[in-house]
Amino acid sequence: MKFTLSWLKEHLDTTATLTDVRDKLTMLGLEVEGISNPAEALKGFVVGYVIEAVQHPNADRLRVCKVDTGSGTVQVVCGAPNARTGMKGIFAPSGSYIPGTGISLKASKIRGEESNGMLCSSRELQLGDDHSGIIDLPADATTGAPAAQALGLDDPVIEIKATPNRADCLGVHGIARDLAAVGLGTLKPVNTTNIKGSYTSPIKWTHGYEPKPDSPCPIVIGRHFRGIKNGPSPDWLQRRLKAIGLRPISALVDITNLVTFDLNRPLHVFDAKKLAGDLVMRQAREGETILALDGKTYTLDPAVSVIADSNSVHGIGGIMGGEDTGVQEDTTEVFLEAAYFQPIGIAASGRKLGILSDARYRNERGIDPESCVWGAEVATRLILEMCGGECSETVSSGVMPEWRRSYTLRPDRVKTLTDIDVPAADTAAILGKLGFVVSGSGPWTAEVPSWRPDVIGEADLVEEVTRVWGFDRIPTTSLPRLAPTSRPVRTPMQRRTPQARRALAARGMNEAVTWSFLPLKKAERFGGGRADLRLLNSIDATLDTMRPSILPNLIDAAARNEARGLSDPALFEVGPQYKDATPQGQRTVAAGVRHNMAVPRNWQGPTRAVDAFDAKADALAVLAAIGAPVENMSAQPGAPDWYHPGRSGAIKLGDRVMAHFGELHPELTAAADLKGPVAAFEVFLDAPPLPKAKASKARPKLVLSAFQPVERDFAFLVDTAVDADKIARAARNADKVMIVAARIFDLYAGKGVPEGKKSIAIAVTLQPVERTLTDAEIDAVSDKIVAAVVKATGAVLRG
Amino acid sequence: MSDLSTIRSEALSAVEAAADLAALDAARVSVLGKKGSVTGLMKTLGALAPEERKEFGARVNQLKGEIETALEARKGMLSSSALAARLASEKIDVSLPVRPEAQGTVHPIGQVMDELAGIFGDMGFTWAEGPDIEDDWHNFTALNIPPDHPARQMQDTFYLPPRADGTPMVLRTHTSPVQARTMLSKDVQKMLADGGSLRIIVPGRTYRIDSDATHAPMFHQVEGLVIDRGTHMGHLKGCLVDFCRAFFEIDDLPLRFRPSYFPFTEPSAEVDIGCSWKDGELRIGAGDSWLEILGSGMVHPRVIANCGLDPAIYQGFAFGMGIDRIAMLKYGINDLRAFFDADLRWLRNYGFSALEMPR
Repeated sequence: MKFTLSWLKEHLDTTATLTDVRDKLTMLGLEVEGISNPAEALKGFVVGYVIEAVQHPNADRLRVCKVDTGSGTVQVVCGAPNARTGMKGIFAPSGSYIPGTGISLKASKIRGEESNGMLCSSRELQLGDDHSGIIDLPADATTGAPAAQALGLDDPVIEIKATPNRADCLGVHGIARDLAAVGLGTLKPVNTTNIKGSYTSPIKWTHGYEPKPDSPCPIVIGRHFRGIKNGPSPDWLQRRLKAIGLRPISALVDITNLVTFDLNRPLHVFDAKKLAGDLVMRQAREGETILALDGKTYTLDPAVSVIADSNSVHGIGGIMGGEDTGVQEDTTEVFLEAAYFQPIGIAASGRKLGILSDARYRNERGIDPESCVWGAEVATRLILEMCGGECSETVSSGVMPEWRRSYTLRPDRVKTLTDIDVPAADTAAILGKLGFVVSGSGPWTAEVPSWRPDVIGEADLVEEVTRVWGFDRIPTTSLPRLAPTSRPVRTPMQRRTPQARRALAARGMNEAVTWSFLPLKKAERFGGGRADLRLLNSIDATLDTMRPSILPNLIDAAARNEARGLSDPALFEVGPQYKDATPQGQRTVAAGVRHNMAVPRNWQGPTRAVDAFDAKADALAVLAAIGAPVENMSAQPGAPDWYHPGRSGAIKLGDRVMAHFGELHPELTAAADLKGPVAAFEVFLDAPPLPKAKASKARPKLVLSAFQPVERDFAFLVDTAVDADKIARAARNADKVMIVAARIFDLYAGKGVPEGKKSIAIAVTLQPVERTLTDAEIDAVSDKIVAAVVKATGAVLRG
Repeated sequence: MSDLSTIRSEALSAVEAAADLAALDAARVSVLGKKGSVTGLMKTLGALAPEERKEFGARVNQLKGEIETALEARKGMLSSSALAARLASEKIDVSLPVRPEAQGTVHPIGQVMDELAGIFGDMGFTWAEGPDIEDDWHNFTALNIPPDHPARQMQDTFYLPPRADGTPMVLRTHTSPVQARTMLSKDVQKMLADGGSLRIIVPGRTYRIDSDATHAPMFHQVEGLVIDRGTHMGHLKGCLVDFCRAFFEIDDLPLRFRPSYFPFTEPSAEVDIGCSWKDGELRIGAGDSWLEILGSGMVHPRVIANCGLDPAIYQGFAFGMGIDRIAMLKYGINDLRAFFDADLRWLRNYGFSALEMPR
């Protein structure tokens, strides 16, 4: 919403400066988005008096002018056909920057005649399109005066962002009312007195339905004018509209725009001679069309309010008029329409038809219903004043919607909600200045004015008082402490997210954050794509389904990095994945991918590509970091089909899956255009059980033995299909007292090992508790180890 | 006896002349070995008369000790120079790089979440979470956003197929539905009835149909909610002043509270922080300009009622701010879309070390 300072002062009697106005507007909740002053661009330009204009001796089309600039006389060569002795124009001295041409003036000789500065056209000053001649100022302009002043442009333009609840501030009068309430001046009344018509309107209003207060259009007022003369509107009006970016069209159109921006009262005028019979306010019929004022044809439906005569539709109610019955320069009879529409209907119709208009903007936010009546009077006064002619009595149809209501404001409400003490008299005065009719002395009863549909309860009254009194007067109070020391902000389950994140970053991986959605095809490949997880209105087809796994996004991210020449990406994300649309269907997962080399080329030794064991290490690190009992978990085959079927697994605690890891399925690696293997993992952060809530924080007691541990190596031949971990576990469990660890340190298959077998070597650590072990004792334990492994796996001890 | 002094001088010069440990050992053998010169002297002792033996024996022993000392000294010298020579030959080029080791990073969003946890945790807030996929009641209706509100339109909000009972489903447009979910919980209602105070922050993913340099279809918000019997707008100001100063690490950071409008709060305030612009660069802190960073207000009585609490008893404030936005402001990041692009150059530049724990 834009307006100028002088326009504001038409409604506000004030001596306030622009800075005061700006600051108060913002602190009232009418945020100032910008202030511009066209005078700035015209600095240095002055009114010049042409003392004499004579023909250039060497050029037919040029004149040599002597110009009085108020501070001296200069010679200017001018090519404008209208340059003449005795005229006043806008003079730009040498050195001026001409905004319309982008050129800085220099003193020069033009065809042998000196020229110091220039007389400017409208286009050269970017004030309009006219370039047929130089600006011709009225004779009473003061020579030497600043150009902005002479052109009436020394008027700052203020733009505010009105919040959606404040439709009343989409008119300058409403803005002035708020400023008056805050003490920045006195609101000037608007003359809305009734103008008596001199004849009966030949056009009547009817409704296509029985109008009720909640009808799409409860009430419409009209008035007929005849003998009028349309044409350009007066300069002051044109200037005002131009200042806020509107194009003056004709007096009648400009009047409707003025009333819209001045008083937040959208209006429409029909060329009455083009109407056939009475006008009806009704809902459109399915498929009816209208050529609107924007030159486009719209197809309507019964949800849209229209204004029609006996032949066809001539306006989309509250949104835009029709082209066929619009006023022209030669229009002599018009019919004025001022209506109130339900905001919801206007919003829906406007959206459906895709029309953005100043009328829709206001009607969908909720204008003053009473403005149908007084707005018609204001417009009548302006039409008669600018276009002459005479007006009929008003005609109307429908009923005024019930806007009268009042609320009680309890005296302590402002204090308990905001902690400010507003004296009782000020509370009543603030509401009074905003247009509320206040009675009582606390509690107060406040009758809400017709232009404030947004006020619907005591809390709104508190807000009005606080807003005008000033948010800056609310004392600032730190929250009182709830406990002497701060408590954990996150639950143990919630803490798993930052723990996983920092564990993976510590392992050299880079944390990414990627979209929660992805293309359907990818979702399907990763076990997703359910109907309830597909967006009905995605921005594009690449982001239309909620992700069933984080991996596809990370794979794409790895590929993007490789394409940019950033090799061996190791990316992870800790975030949601979605199984279905229920709250329980969303799980927090720590997922990661490592691509290509785990150890890149280096001067010290061999390189190594990533493999499933890198991913397994990452997954185990996350599980350890979140405090899961990793020692009780086992890795087994059984990862989903986006992993390499032979090189992947699940980490389980009992039957429950804690994580998946492995090499990515080569088909997916190839599809992502990645050269080299991808190791991937997904850890389900909610899967490991939480420790008991009240469990003791004490760690298990540490018993240190005084005796040296003994390590013994064993090599077994076993079927290829047997899990290596099974051998280590059998060995460790062979003697629970003495054996503290069994570690696999070698795996071999090939020459010397029979087909279908593999050789696995383990190192078993024996920890004596009471005394150093004798050879006999060690041999006895060794025998138990071999027997246990053989029994569990069918292995044979290698010789 | 000249024999003794000859042996002595020969032995000592042999020790002195030994150029390495092997030569020194040969010298030792020639003097103290089985056939060594001093050993030979010792063998002669048996043939001497007792007095003579005593006197000569003492001299031989003294000589033996003298030579042993010389041997020891020479050995020490030779071995330390041998060690020095070996160490010199083991010299490495310390300018060579270390073994390849990747530096991991935490994303700025993760880092800022931990910063939020630290600051709000100190103020007595706890962490609350809710689903990204919401029903329209929690996302809109409970929060006093009427059915015809523009925010509910398909051009602003992502919709998913309705539930079997017809309930429209959306991707939450803000973290505010967790306000409703929390207030509605029986535990919270009991805690409030017992005179307790509810203080939560709700960080998480949010979604709106918007996509340009400053908007992304997904972004992050943190919601704050305080409900009890006496929390007023002065506390709202205090809480946000305390937070902003702690977060931006500027003790005198000015804040400005401006009236605004949100359906779920009344009165509503937008909050600006002080800033200034120099050569197109933003500087946060007391200055001649203001920067909007969050929306806030006293929770609307209808929201409190919608969540099963009596607005005549309970009141409080709520606020919401963009985590991405405050991260951008604090760490000087320009492009929001880059947050979600996973470009390693960006992650390495704007990311944080795993050990850089806030506070």
